[in-house]
Amino acid sequence: MATIVDIATEKALEVKNFEFTYAGADEPNIKKLTMPIAKHSITALIGPSGCGKTTLLRSFNRMHDLYPGNKYDGEILFKEKNILGPKEDLIKLRTQIGMIFQKPTAFPMSIFDNVAYGLRLQGLKNKTELQDRVEKALQDAAIWQEAKERLRHDANGLSGGQQQRLCIARAIAVEPEVLLFDEPTSALDPISTAGIEELVVELRKRVSIIIVTHNMQQAARVSDYTGFMYLGELVELGRTEEIFVTPKERLTEEYITGKFG
Amino acid sequence: MTHTQKRIVTNKIIMVLSTLSAVIGIGFLLWILSVLVINGVDALSATIFLNEGAPPGNENGGLKHALIGQLLLVSYASLFGVPLGILAGTYLSEYGLKSKLAETIRDISDIMMSAPSIVIGAFVYAIVVAPSGQFSGWAGSIALMIIMLPIILRTTDDMLHLVPSTLREAAFALGAPKYKVIIQVVYRGAKAGVLTGVLLGVARVAGETAPLLFTSFNDNFLNTDMSQPMASLTVTMYNYATSPYEDWQKLGWAAAFILSMFILTLNILGRLFLLKKRGK
Repeated sequence: MATIVDIATEKALEVKNFEFTYAGADEPNIKKLTMPIAKHSITALIGPSGCGKTTLLRSFNRMHDLYPGNKYDGEILFKEKNILGPKEDLIKLRTQIGMIFQKPTAFPMSIFDNVAYGLRLQGLKNKTELQDRVEKALQDAAIWQEAKERLRHDANGLSGGQQQRLCIARAIAVEPEVLLFDEPTSALDPISTAGIEELVVELRKRVSIIIVTHNMQQAARVSDYTGFMYLGELVELGRTEEIFVTPKERLTEEYITGKFG
Repeated sequence: MTHTQKRIVTNKIIMVLSTLSAVIGIGFLLWILSVLVINGVDALSATIFLNEGAPPGNENGGLKHALIGQLLLVSYASLFGVPLGILAGTYLSEYGLKSKLAETIRDISDIMMSAPSIVIGAFVYAIVVAPSGQFSGWAGSIALMIIMLPIILRTTDDMLHLVPSTLREAAFALGAPKYKVIIQVVYRGAKAGVLTGVLLGVARVAGETAPLLFTSFNDNFLNTDMSQPMASLTVTMYNYATSPYEDWQKLGWAAAFILSMFILTLNILGRLFLLKKRGK
């Protein structure tokens, strides 16, 4: 069984005996996984390619439902309710649990309309309020200075790092409670990466964050908790400094010291 | 001759052959265009646009009836064919994906795209003209719509497919319902490509003659009633050009010239949109 440290704070999410099977696969990709996610903290998921960390992340906002035939088992509790139920309101769930992708996903519209997109979806029409919330989101995502002069310009004119911050602004504009980051800096240069990392740490005050990363230094730099996954199972979840300095499982130690991966 | 020399010679021969082939191909195209321009421009005059058809020997004959008829036929075909094609393409790309039904529709539409247009004319003759007892503009528009449909459907399908799935996921992740993801994100991303498909589809049917012979037939005078036989540039051109009267032949050239320029413009516009998209 996995070694799981006690989460000191409240839990944002609780995964219980969770299994996930992709359409057409014989074996589940994630097996009987149990894991608490701390509130207002950053939890990093690390592990070699194919270990199931992205699959787990995409289960939190039910992204797998976009493709037919995928199967969930077990429970993921959010606000004491299992979100895997067939009657779960996915639209509401996704406004509460936002996601940032590997590659920036700026929509083919202006910078303003990108950030306003989620707000408009929620029925916000008042122009001044829209203006205020867009500005605030851009400020919180540390891109206001670069964007304020060209809010009406096509968002695809921004650089990769700027686009990723725009996507973060778009996600936090709707004030979610949890933010999922799927390798958010793997397509970015080191300077943009540092900017995003700073931003993620800053955001922790307001949202609970789960970040999947291939980069162990990144996990060590930004996260409060780190979960190490291997072959669809959680091997160890602990406070980040303990995972990287004094891991309890041999497999974790071997992975972080680069013996495999 | 050394091995290297042999390779250099072979290289030259292939280059000369392929260049020659390209020149011959383009040569014919330029030849056609120059003949069209020389004869067509010569036949152009204001009366062509202002007057309807006239009996041979009457200097005042024009093409107004054919121009307006053509416009009506193509417009009505587009009015129904464009939305239908875009919606069907949307179904394939966004809902049907790789399902059996979607794959079957793709196959059938590929076959329809290469079906001889005269066959589609005969089909519409059998299901519209024969039961109603007369040729009509509607029958012509229906035939053109059927020809246009698979072109627009397939380009829409392809172009929507090019929009990265992460973009759709990002919209879903913000809590967007599917129809909004399609309209607000996917369509926007594929706008230029879909528009190109529409223009190429319209350009393709604008030059059709065979299906119209069976359906809208022809009229030497102006008619805007879609339930009656209707003149088109293509059928008029066919009739005038094959007639023994010199003034009618001249009008035939003018019709050919106007039609070619129209189609050329649509094609160039279509390609420009695509270039603009790639340039991004």
